[in-house]
Amino acid sequence: MASDDVWILGISMTRFGKHPDSDLIDLAAEATMNAIADAGITMREIGVLAAGNLRGGGGIGQALQKQVGQTGIPVYNVANACATGATAIRVVHMALRAGEADFGLAVGVEKLAGAGLLAGGERVGDSATWSPQGRFGAVGPLDGRIGTETMPGVFAQIGMEYGHRYGGTSFELFARISEKNHAHSTLNPLASYQRRFTLDEIMNDVMISYPNTRPMCSANCDGAAAAVLVTGAALKTLAPEQRRRAVKISASVLTTDPWEEACQVLPNVNTLTRNAARRAYDTAGVGPEDLDLVELHDCFATAELVHYDNLMLCPEGGAVDFFDSGATWRDGSTPVNVSGGLESKGHPISATGIANIWEVATHLRGEAGDRQIPGARVGLAHVIGLGSACGVHILERAAA
Amino acid sequence: MPQTVPFVDYLVLGERPHLVARECTACGARFFDRRNACANCFGTSFTQVDVPTEGEVRAFTIVAHAAPGVPVPFVSATVDCAGTSVRANLINVEPTPEAVRLGMKVRLALTAVGVDQAGTEAISFGFEPRP
Repeated sequence: MASDDVWILGISMTRFGKHPDSDLIDLAAEATMNAIADAGITMREIGVLAAGNLRGGGGIGQALQKQVGQTGIPVYNVANACATGATAIRVVHMALRAGEADFGLAVGVEKLAGAGLLAGGERVGDSATWSPQGRFGAVGPLDGRIGTETMPGVFAQIGMEYGHRYGGTSFELFARISEKNHAHSTLNPLASYQRRFTLDEIMNDVMISYPNTRPMCSANCDGAAAAVLVTGAALKTLAPEQRRRAVKISASVLTTDPWEEACQVLPNVNTLTRNAARRAYDTAGVGPEDLDLVELHDCFATAELVHYDNLMLCPEGGAVDFFDSGATWRDGSTPVNVSGGLESKGHPISATGIANIWEVATHLRGEAGDRQIPGARVGLAHVIGLGSACGVHILERAAA
Repeated sequence: MPQTVPFVDYLVLGERPHLVARECTACGARFFDRRNACANCFGTSFTQVDVPTEGEVRAFTIVAHAAPGVPVPFVSATVDCAGTSVRANLINVEPTPEAVRLGMKVRLALTAVGVDQAGTEAISFGFEPRP
């Protein structure tokens, strides 16, 4: 454990699902207190806090402190769409690398149970007289008239575009990806939905935006996740059991879109993911072939396919063959989303980027119970927040 | 004849309806929105260029679930107009996976949005299959 390394000392996620009797702070506090206990420290040691929440009105970090420990430390309230949780981790990672603190806390929390479409979910009416407004000089709302603003529709197009470029995609192919993740979820007691769906059930469920039916979309739910990070130097001073369970952050990367033709027309989730993955592999000194498991951002079944390629788990253009080989099932060569993924575990947006890291870390610690990937040593967690931001973290089990 | 207005400022009506883009004079990057600077090269000089009215469907979805007030189903697509990508609905085609294909050749077509209280009609655009 080199002194400039950063490690996960403690990490936790709440059950994802409906929590009608818990507010945002209850959920954030539960994840935080469990992460602190898992780390074997107290709030007194934490030197920096980054907290993410998108739909609660702001200031979640200080609201959390007021319930679990006000010590005067700097709080960074962060927002980066669905990459908010990964951004909180990234902020704490940077602070520790910069020598600002020895221990830091990252938290993400969201209450989304019962929410509908998160974008394009409502449209204002037309005004009484046509008058150009906004950056496109539009005389009325664009959604539904000039394409779609809904996430199921945008990500459907992203999957279809991959099919146009490389061939081989079909409604059934995308539905089979969803079938895999729902099958995986049956082993995850913290998932919102733990039910196996047949391919027929998935394809005949309510169509949201072709080819994504309802079970092929991420599940809106409540949840929180939190992580305690520690510098390598501070970790050396801790107990053997803390050192044994610590998980090394071998790479922590955040990227945005470099400009390309069409990137402002249909979001391009490919280039920034590929850039993040390449930098993460270089930093960690590992390759895609070394990964024992991957948690990637399957906000829709159509998205999972393109990220096989973007994370370089397969040769360029080979995502369909890669999936068809069975590689991404939990008994395959590169298990993907053994948690059940966002389609069944759920997607409380600001918590997702930490919960994905929790899943990987739990396997690396050998503590994943019935769904443990045997002997897991290296894993990757990926999230995308549309707009866009991409977080990639590579984690490794402690050497001992 | 009632007065008409384009639904967006990058749609040009008239005898030969077409879209226009703001093209960066330094690097050639094209944009449809009002610009502060070029996202590619940071230049601040733009010229208006016509976008070809024919293209092919690079990606599409059939939206079945949308905000209240948005008629569904409809086809949302990304159309490649000879190197310039355009976001649009596909119109004058059945919104079914059987009728819409990736790579389908399409052309710009106009569609009426509605008439406001002053009697002005807003005209928008979509793309329709090319015979």
